[in-house]
Amino acid sequence: MYESFFKIVEGVPLTLQVVSISTILGIFLAVAVALMRISGNKLMSLPAYYFVYLIRGTPLLLQLYFVYYGLSQFEAIRESILWPILKEPYWCGIITLTISTGAYSSEIIRGGILSVSKNYIEASGALGLSQIKTFMLITLPITVRQALPAYGNELILMVKATSLISIVTLMEITGIARTIISKTYAPVEIFLVAGSIYLVINFIIVMFVNLAERRLGIEKAT
Amino acid sequence: MFDVFALGPTGWGDEMLMGAVMTILVSSSSLLLGITIGIVFAACKLSNFFALRAIAEVYTTIIRGIPELLVIYLLFFGGSSAVMYLAKIFGYMGYIELNAFTIGTIAVGAISGAYSTEVIRGAVNSVPKGQFEVGKTLGLSGYSLYGKIIFPQVARIALPGIGNVWQITLKDTALISVTGLVEIMRQSRIAAGSTHEPFIFYTAAIILYLLITRLSNIFFDGAEKKYSKGYVSREAL
Repeated sequence: MYESFFKIVEGVPLTLQVVSISTILGIFLAVAVALMRISGNKLMSLPAYYFVYLIRGTPLLLQLYFVYYGLSQFEAIRESILWPILKEPYWCGIITLTISTGAYSSEIIRGGILSVSKNYIEASGALGLSQIKTFMLITLPITVRQALPAYGNELILMVKATSLISIVTLMEITGIARTIISKTYAPVEIFLVAGSIYLVINFIIVMFVNLAERRLGIEKAT
Repeated sequence: MFDVFALGPTGWGDEMLMGAVMTILVSSSSLLLGITIGIVFAACKLSNFFALRAIAEVYTTIIRGIPELLVIYLLFFGGSSAVMYLAKIFGYMGYIELNAFTIGTIAVGAISGAYSTEVIRGAVNSVPKGQFEVGKTLGLSGYSLYGKIIFPQVARIALPGIGNVWQITLKDTALISVTGLVEIMRQSRIAAGSTHEPFIFYTAAIILYLLITRLSNIFFDGAEKKYSKGYVSREAL
């Protein structure tokens, strides 16, 4: 059990790396998509709506296969400057996860922005604050407060989602666990080890999110 | 370009449709198993016994905190031996192997059960206490209290949540393709491999999933309407 623990732990850095890169890239995508959806301009909001619908309506594994195997079918892509990125399972994993979290988080952010009362915006205008200042000083802080609990869940879903990149040969926690299971045929033991590592990672995330919530004075809904 | 989707032995059209049927079958049986598990564990979470509450809490925390793929691997590699172990206790010594459908249903059902538990617990909690008290005052108990008064109210509140669990379950079944069950995901992989047209087959798979999502949304909207019949929200009064 100790032996398999040390082997599986070697997958932790890759899992954390993929989670952090795709989460950070995903936030930018999410904010862009959320702003497009509430823009009021149909040319902006419709593509954003269909993008979110497409990503939320299909399995992540299918999206990963589409990016990794589907796109490489075309000569044009294999000869484009994107090929050095798209031929790597690592980058395909990051692209897929970024798109996925971008779509899911855009809904969370959109909900947060819409929850900001119009009165605040009007009051801010009456005080003579510019639109940018209103967004930065009023809308953004309230949105963050509103969106944080749901975003914490999204982070945990992201940690779980990274397990899929093991299917395109990347040896993160689940990939290593699977390899050991098929060698030793001790599924329960390996499951317990790999499962606890995920639980510890997610527990730490929950702690940080709770800390941030307390800092921002968010009351826990019970 | 579309002749790869011809029906019959020359194309993959009928195979892809059969894959979609398999996805719907395995998702529905997983959802049913999940709701059953959800009812049992929601009852545990609402019970007065600490041990039952703790068991249910551990179950939902574990399932919601670890990747679905890991649960599927556990059952794929360990499911058959666990069943054989149980069978041995009951005196059966033969070899048992679970098929991919059963393993998939149990794995995705267990995942969907954790989410259903929370949905059902929340719904039961939101039925006002007065409803139980009034029922008891009227002399109702057992089926007439829970089946006729509490259940319709729980169902109305839980339905949107169960609709979300269905979406999660539907997408989770794509992961069972790693165990060899030929549903949409697996079928499009096979077709993509043998025709060297991955783009078109994965696009077809995307369309099939979106279609199933669309149809199930219509179904759940209808069910919500049915259970909301005669109910007027407080705000509307």
